[in-house]
Amino acid sequence: MTATHLGMPAFPAAAREAVRDDVLRANLRRATHTIRDKRARAVAELADWDRLRAAGKAVKDHTLRHLDHYLLQLEEAVTAAGGTVHWAADADEANRIVTDLVLATGERELVKVKSMATQETGLNEALEAAGIAAYETDLAELIVQLGHDRPSHILVPAIHRNRAEIRDVFRAEMGGWGRPAPDGLGDDPRELAEAARLHLREKFLRAKVAVSGANFMVAETGTLVVFESEGNGRMCLTLPETLISVVGIEKVVPTFRDLEIFLQTLPRSSTAERMNPYTTMWTGTTDGDGPAAFHLVLLDNGRTDTLADEVGRQALRCIRCSACLNVCPVYERAGGHAYGSVYPGPIGAILSPQLRGTDSEIDASLPYASTLCGACYDVCPVAIDIPEVLVHLRERVAQGGPVTRDGIRVRLRPAHGRTAERAAMRAARLLLDHPGALRAGERLLARARRMRPRRLPGPGRAWTDTRELPELPAESFRDWWTRERGTPQ
Amino acid sequence: MRVALFVTCVNDALYPRTGIAVVRLLERLGVTVDFPAAQSCCGQPQYNTGFRHETEPLVRRTAEAFAGYEYVVTPSGSCAAMIREHYPRIGRKAAAEGRGDALAELAAALAPRVYELTEFLVDVLGVSDVGAHFPHTVTYHPSCHGLRALGLGDRPRRLLAAVKGLDLVELPGAEECCGFGGTFAVKNPDVSAAMGTDKTAAAAATGAEVLCGADNSCLAHLEGLLRRAGSPLRTLHLAEILAATEREPLR
Repeated sequence: MTATHLGMPAFPAAAREAVRDDVLRANLRRATHTIRDKRARAVAELADWDRLRAAGKAVKDHTLRHLDHYLLQLEEAVTAAGGTVHWAADADEANRIVTDLVLATGERELVKVKSMATQETGLNEALEAAGIAAYETDLAELIVQLGHDRPSHILVPAIHRNRAEIRDVFRAEMGGWGRPAPDGLGDDPRELAEAARLHLREKFLRAKVAVSGANFMVAETGTLVVFESEGNGRMCLTLPETLISVVGIEKVVPTFRDLEIFLQTLPRSSTAERMNPYTTMWTGTTDGDGPAAFHLVLLDNGRTDTLADEVGRQALRCIRCSACLNVCPVYERAGGHAYGSVYPGPIGAILSPQLRGTDSEIDASLPYASTLCGACYDVCPVAIDIPEVLVHLRERVAQGGPVTRDGIRVRLRPAHGRTAERAAMRAARLLLDHPGALRAGERLLARARRMRPRRLPGPGRAWTDTRELPELPAESFRDWWTRERGTPQ
Repeated sequence: MRVALFVTCVNDALYPRTGIAVVRLLERLGVTVDFPAAQSCCGQPQYNTGFRHETEPLVRRTAEAFAGYEYVVTPSGSCAAMIREHYPRIGRKAAAEGRGDALAELAAALAPRVYELTEFLVDVLGVSDVGAHFPHTVTYHPSCHGLRALGLGDRPRRLLAAVKGLDLVELPGAEECCGFGGTFAVKNPDVSAAMGTDKTAAAAATGAEVLCGADNSCLAHLEGLLRRAGSPLRTLHLAEILAATEREPLR
């Protein structure tokens, strides 16, 4: 994955900053609660939601089980339809392929459809290094790009910004990238959208190359599908001469008919719409209609290794709807940046440590960035049991275990700095596994109850910085039972 | 009817009054309660922190402690969910890692016999009015594992609504997590406290005197925040309200 986020502080430290930012907290609370409630209403409209959810899961599981077969079928279909398929094992290879393809056209600029895969590979930075300007055309991505910022949400990457902040970014930055913001630009959403429209129109009409991702790829027909709301995607996918799509290998589905499930579940889960405004599908190239050249770059970048893990592989069912972000109480307080990845929120907490591994401090902390409340699992339209995967990845961090890296099965050692925690957990278990010792410990605590401190030293401070300790009882339940009822059974 | 009480380690050490309330409540309803002394902790802190191997001896201990009981009743949705949902998983993994089938068999035998208190009252005993009396305004926070893992639904609120004198007020955003999350409370203390403060603010805004829950670990977190803030709002486990009667009110 991209190096952009490496060296990030672990989640708790990054989240601490976010929790203290009142503007951010208010922006996120308003935005996530609005979309959360709308989604619940949109989903409740469908009587067969549970069956759609089960069907989506089944299609994805089946495809992942036979991924080799469907990817080859897809390559054949795309090639037969006039496209060219490239295979990228990792981010660097994907970026190199795209850079070479763009340079070969002689162009030095391109327009982009919002794409998580190219953010994952850090494509924009790689293109910039090769002297190619990549213009984001999704409104929120434009805000992020103009603001020299990082996305904080999968679907609404500028969710952390309010409209006054957006106005300031447009006023200060648009001129440096192309058509400047109109004089006296205010913070009315309509005015802001119009400024973006005028700025982007220039880019759409001039661009000869576009880069996109895709929400789905149909193996039997070689068709790619992009769901979007603003029409910028349609512009990018139809106007330029060359279209390059970078897509994760898990995005393939077997048949065109499978789309009927996701055409219902994706819009309702993501934007809470019955149907998204623009759904663009294309199959290879067509003479005189749309791009004359089409390249599909199939991206692995840790996916095959993730697929090798029986519990973790369910994360590859993800259709990037972001319903789990919008319902997550931790995301709501910590914001997307704290996750140190292009994939924030609950799905990011199980995807990033699998795609990138658990070696870095941020990746080792992500599986713990959850209370395991289960709200994410409830709303997931492909039924990813996110809490199950989180606990599974915590095991990988805490006690080590088998993992696949670059196709090779290796045994991970526990993550660095877990020795004290490990010793504490072991001591607790030994105590709890010896009720005699437990009873002695409880009696010791009961005798010390008047000494109950207001602040604990060391790691205990994490509790007492904000919370009182519970009052200790005079006797444990165990002792009460013995006193009242005699020796327990 | 005879049941085994799984009091849980948190209640044993910190909230014995909840365990005592469960005993009094069940006995009032004609149930004989045993307390198998070999019980300790279900192992959830170890398991949820990623120490599955350290959890295995506690799975074995818990399963053996409650062998032979048709009903094992516990006043914690979280611990019930640990046994019902995760014990079989831990057993299967131990078998898959070559440590034999014994743990999987123990886990599978225990899981279906474990009932969270409100499930046992409503589904097994078939009561929603337990004859309790508690003349106070109460709001109820459904803890996540009871709500989502066990699917307790409206059982706790039905039991509360039938308590004489009790005025039950709805908690806005009730289904949102309180931010406890086991070791999350100390691993991510800032987010945990921010979530808990939103929860206690919502509870205080209802005007209730009591914030009731069915999981004392969540309540310990909320109680800690309320007391630090000097709030008069009091936290109480559901069992203590259901155990209170006109003749024996809650002290």
